[in-house]
Amino acid sequence: MTTTDRDLEAPDLTTVNMGPSHPAMHGTIHIKVGLEGELIRKAEVNIGYLHRGFEKEAEAHSWQQIFPYTDRLNYVSPMLNNVGYALAVEKLLGITAPERAQYLRVIVGEIARICDHLTYMAAQTMEMGAFTPYFYVMKGRDWLWDLLEEISGARLTHSYVRIGGVAWDLPEGFKEKTLELLPRIDTVVVELDKLMTRNRIFLDRMQNIAVISAEEAVSYGWTGPCLRGSGVDYDVRKTHPYLVYDRMDFEIPIGTDGDNMDRYLVRMEEMRQSARIIRQALEQIPPGPVCTDDKLVVIPRKAATYNTIEEMINHFKLVIDGIRPPVGEVYSYTEAGNGELGFYLVSDGTGRPVKCRVRPPCFMGMAALERMITGHMVADVIPTFDTINMIGGECDR
Amino acid sequence: MGVEFATGKLADAVNWARKFSLFQYPFVTACCGMEYMALWGPRYDVARFGAEFPRFSPRQADMLMVVGTVTERQGPVLKRIYEQITEPKWVISFGVCASSGGFYQNYATMPGIDHIIPVDVYIPGCPPRPEAVLDALIMLQQKIQDGKGWSQRQYWVERERERLGLAPGQSAGG
Amino acid sequence: MSKQVLDRLCQRFPEAVLETHGFRGDETAVVRREEIGAIVRWLRDEPGLEMSMLTDMTAVDFLQQGHDPRFEVVYHLFSVPHKHRLRLKVQVPEQDIQVPSLAGLYKIADWLEREIWDMYGIRFKGHPNLKRILLYEEFVGHPLRKDYPKDRRQPLVRRPENEIAEVLARRGKARSLPTPGGAR
Repeated sequence: MTTTDRDLEAPDLTTVNMGPSHPAMHGTIHIKVGLEGELIRKAEVNIGYLHRGFEKEAEAHSWQQIFPYTDRLNYVSPMLNNVGYALAVEKLLGITAPERAQYLRVIVGEIARICDHLTYMAAQTMEMGAFTPYFYVMKGRDWLWDLLEEISGARLTHSYVRIGGVAWDLPEGFKEKTLELLPRIDTVVVELDKLMTRNRIFLDRMQNIAVISAEEAVSYGWTGPCLRGSGVDYDVRKTHPYLVYDRMDFEIPIGTDGDNMDRYLVRMEEMRQSARIIRQALEQIPPGPVCTDDKLVVIPRKAATYNTIEEMINHFKLVIDGIRPPVGEVYSYTEAGNGELGFYLVSDGTGRPVKCRVRPPCFMGMAALERMITGHMVADVIPTFDTINMIGGECDR
Repeated sequence: MGVEFATGKLADAVNWARKFSLFQYPFVTACCGMEYMALWGPRYDVARFGAEFPRFSPRQADMLMVVGTVTERQGPVLKRIYEQITEPKWVISFGVCASSGGFYQNYATMPGIDHIIPVDVYIPGCPPRPEAVLDALIMLQQKIQDGKGWSQRQYWVERERERLGLAPGQSAGG
Repeated sequence: MSKQVLDRLCQRFPEAVLETHGFRGDETAVVRREEIGAIVRWLRDEPGLEMSMLTDMTAVDFLQQGHDPRFEVVYHLFSVPHKHRLRLKVQVPEQDIQVPSLAGLYKIADWLEREIWDMYGIRFKGHPNLKRILLYEEFVGHPLRKDYPKDRRQPLVRRPENEIAEVLARRGKARSLPTPGGAR
């Protein structure tokens, strides 16, 4: 076993391995630090312990079959990955989902974003020794997962979105349940805020640690809450509005110092803004179809498939051959939980992609980790690693 | 007759104590980790089964819970951690990726952890519902009570080997 | 993606830009391999363009489509102040499989190029530390190439079935390690 057994090339420093199997709940990572006392003089970050071959699998499956793989990219907010991928394939095909489907995608996406940030809160606080917020968050997250389970059938890996829309409409009573749940989630967020944000110990461990300036963050390709924590006003939902985000009224929290505390505060505020978006979307959502009825993209209704020969052949061709987009390539980007989630798709006209690249936002965060922890203490590694919110499935794909 | 009865009852008592005080080593890698986190939460409280507190050191744990996909790169790490856990130890393979590789059948993933370590209970599901995990925990507890866990049986296998004068790992069939 | 950026690029580097297109609104320029460093530096520093972020970098293998050159390295650039985007592509032949590195221009290029080396085997001239990032050093080959079979595993932990497969391979009977459900 080579990498974990080898020392850093620095004979006067003590090498300590953190990972690949470690208590931090974020992802499986290997951080090798060269210590002088408690101070980190040199660091080496090795990712790839969860490399599961997403791109190779995608090249072997048809365009519609890739949805379950996208669920497992950023697995704390799977709906956002589904939406991102569906938008990319729709851009390639040149179609748009119906309006109701776009609102549904926004609603489930924002619920997923709240789940993402709540999980971040749980992991961040738990790993610094504060166990109580973890239980409050798990309580809140289970309520949200119940909601998502009602919509999609699964608590975690939904695969709810389809190319051309979403799989099916909202269940009955969904709007009332959500509007009743959002204040309860807000209570959880308020509890977290009261426990942590002005907590002396929390502030001591998070403020002025791992400061990244705006220019450096941009050079590292950072996006999302990490970039906004460093003071750069870039959110894909505002800069390049997609779906129906241009009809929503929400704000983007921007940090000032670029330290761990700012990245935490940005995510705290984003949860509140997501709740705002969900309320507006539920008010504005129009009735209508939830999926396009383009024959070349969407399989027909089951009743038609079993009763008419044309629909059966259509179904057969779509399942066996897959959707056939035109020859070309697109890069489509959305705001996922960690930042700009991009899908670069290359098509040669057949039912399987030539290339299905995921631009993972937390990969960029991890690239900066060596720079961020050098010069700080060993105890700062975990809070810093947490604020990047590396999700193994997305970073390593 | 009396001695076997007493030692049998003693073994039962010891297994009873073991099954209700499992210290897990959560080897969490991927998405199943989210359901694992939910398992600790207040709704699917795993503490009521005695298996609450994770010990992040293999020396202090007795149940290895492999949660999520194990890649080929992670293989030596997993094997080393398994070997470091002291006997008696049990392994739960949480999720289809750990059980059989799941739907990641490619160059990077190990098709199931049972290729490198022995597994006592497999939990299918992608990810499994927490109720399924609790069911698996109860199943494991039953196995422990019956003395049927892999490392519990291995103990008697080694004793029998010693009795027959064989080297460790050598089979009696020749 | 901005048409003006593409136009200015063509004006500034007329011989280096081989081809341009804009499919579904994504402005793309295929440029000469040797000029990529100078082009990207100009795009990053030129007032009015300021493509300050290298959003993504990846490679594509066109073996099945029969393209020559076989590989393409694709760069996605984004300007944070001006919000415009551009895609640059560089064609890389299999016989001379290298590209100048951008590690000096953007900090993220370091890891992105390591990933392309890991997955495709494309070397980056001038990269400070070109080693594998997602896979382990003992891995032989570059898995995202189209001629690498999807389920050829290279286990680090020796397993009994590996030895059987190796003996069979030596006798010419099997091409890759056995997998559940049969090898592809």
